[in-house]
Amino acid sequence: MLLQIKNLHTIADDKEILKGINLNINKGEIHVIMGPNGAGKTTLANAIFSHPHHKKTCGEIIFDGENITNLKTDEIAKKGIFMSFQTPEEIEGISLFNFIKQAKSKTNSKIDYFELSDEIEKNIKSLKIKQGMESRDLNVGCSGGEKKKNEILQMLELNPKLAILDETDSGLDVDAIKIVSKGIGMFSNKNNAMLIITHSTKLLESIPVDYVHILVDGKIVYTGDASLANEIDKHGYSKFVTEAKNA
Amino acid sequence: MPKTQIKDLNTNIYNFKNKDEYAYKIKNGLTKDIVCEISQKKNEPKWMLDIRLKALETYEKLSLPTWGPDLSELKMDEIATYVKPKTNMKDNWDDVPENIKDTFEKLGIPKSEREYLAGVGAQYDSEVVYHSMKKDLLEQGVIYTSMEEAIEKYPEIVKEYFSKCVPLTEHKFIALHYAVWSGGSFVYVPKNVKLEMPLQSYFRLNSPESGQFEHTLIIVEDNSSLHFIEGCSAPKYNKVNLHAGCVELFVKENAYLRYSTVENWSKNMLNLNTKKAICEKNAQIDWVSGSFGSKISMLYPMSILKGENSKTEYTGISFAGAGQNLDTGFKVVHLAKNTSSVVNAKSLSKNGGICTYRALVKVTPNATGSKCSVNCDGLMLDDKSRSDTLPVNDIQTNDVEFSHEAKVGKISEKSIFYLMTRGLSEDDAKATIVRGFANPVSKELPLEYAVEMNRLINLELEGAIG
Repeated sequence: MLLQIKNLHTIADDKEILKGINLNINKGEIHVIMGPNGAGKTTLANAIFSHPHHKKTCGEIIFDGENITNLKTDEIAKKGIFMSFQTPEEIEGISLFNFIKQAKSKTNSKIDYFELSDEIEKNIKSLKIKQGMESRDLNVGCSGGEKKKNEILQMLELNPKLAILDETDSGLDVDAIKIVSKGIGMFSNKNNAMLIITHSTKLLESIPVDYVHILVDGKIVYTGDASLANEIDKHGYSKFVTEAKNA
Repeated sequence: MPKTQIKDLNTNIYNFKNKDEYAYKIKNGLTKDIVCEISQKKNEPKWMLDIRLKALETYEKLSLPTWGPDLSELKMDEIATYVKPKTNMKDNWDDVPENIKDTFEKLGIPKSEREYLAGVGAQYDSEVVYHSMKKDLLEQGVIYTSMEEAIEKYPEIVKEYFSKCVPLTEHKFIALHYAVWSGGSFVYVPKNVKLEMPLQSYFRLNSPESGQFEHTLIIVEDNSSLHFIEGCSAPKYNKVNLHAGCVELFVKENAYLRYSTVENWSKNMLNLNTKKAICEKNAQIDWVSGSFGSKISMLYPMSILKGENSKTEYTGISFAGAGQNLDTGFKVVHLAKNTSSVVNAKSLSKNGGICTYRALVKVTPNATGSKCSVNCDGLMLDDKSRSDTLPVNDIQTNDVEFSHEAKVGKISEKSIFYLMTRGLSEDDAKATIVRGFANPVSKELPLEYAVEMNRLINLELEGAIG
């Protein structure tokens, strides 16, 4: 098993957000987390990455056989987890290229400059990223869509064992969603896994999703296969929210 | 997230001390006798002594500024205002005495001269010990020498310009400066001469409990251009040292002057410096300023846009660590039509350091069609530090494009987290953010200084190396 989350509880500003998450992800699987606003979807991604504002009060996270519950953010990244942000930060003074190079050097021992350069160029084309983006300051002055594509580029370059995509499709037009979905296709293989947090099903149409989890009020209340996403698309979350309340 | 400690700027590389050797050190304090003695030692014309004495009188009348950092620890009775090094001015490094030459070798000055400078001046304590310039510039009529030699050799030019840009009555410390000034560079670029490579003057204060009061006077005539670089440093002593220099710049029609300063005074230095430029028609003065050292700095370069279409740009960064109070800024006065000013000021404060951006923009009624854009950013690296912005905008005409943006904030935790999810340590993440913040300024600095600044930031934000 690649990722195992056992009974995870977190608090932020004295408020409990995650109230006992259990989640198992194997290599080669694509998991989707859906749920109404405020259910704790982004918190789950942040908590996996030991975000300083989310304190884990209970439970543990095992990744690739190792307990990473209390590791620092950068150490977790180095174990092979990646997260695409809902709102990627703009960082002045470092180009996308140099940033990828720097990030890569943290996990890979050797980087061949020319190889990396070719690879980035190739991926930039595949993802229809604007020419010259690699030498611009990281995300600075980029549109929402450009930032998301930059995230997918980083995912491809850093090639993690587990990629978490936090609402990567939100705010994107149909064409951009297609590109993100293409990027997911390029990344996904039997040796890695993905955890996709999303609101909509558009992104999922061309992705071989294995499991869909419904997160309501800090708990996974229902798990199904890819068809569950379509059901949500038609009927919304109300059924699950009511069930969660009654439970 | 545990807080990382970021060390103070590592100025140790500047902190080597030579023995306090001198040909002559005037007794501490500030009296008429002392002022007369300095003048006499310099064998000056009477008009200069008159300026000194008038300045001393003014100094005594003026009171300390009622704003800004506390200067009460400055005791003029304990400061020697004139320290003559054991050499006179040379034009060949080989002739400079060994220990002084070593000092400038360590600071990389002769190497820079060989590599990319058109000329170099070096001041040690109160006097200029070395001045040299490429021959072809000499042939084109460019003058680059010490102020003392300029008074001797080019008295008419000096007399015409000296104290005409910065009057001695402007504030207490400029009055002090005029009373005891010594050393500094004089540059005269005749009409239609464009210097491809910069001139650089380096000021080193070695003597404890002393002051440096160099006077730099630059005249760039019509259609000419110059890049002048000024560097300063000193070893650290327990008692305060004082720097009250003065820079007067005259930029004539269609002329261009770029004035770059990298100040790395030791942290016992009170740096009370005055710099001003007067720009004629179509002229441009650009300031690039890096303030890293000193205990207290009060430094507000000023551009007077006197001629139509004249321009100025100010790009500056201050970095205040523990015990430092850097009060810096920029002043501009738009006097003529279609003048323009662009200000990009940054400050970094950490470990209790205080950075204040204090600025003036004045647009007079005549300055119609002028443009002015001010942007200042303060970044605080921890909760102990301070960053303030105190702008004064005095706009006296409606026909002006004016914009002012000020941002003061703490280093973004979101950005740190984002970078850390890519495997950067917390220190690396902070260093990346700080470098990025400083980048718009460091890229304007002369290359060696830009490299130096990035190196300092890397070192200081500990663990940030590779």
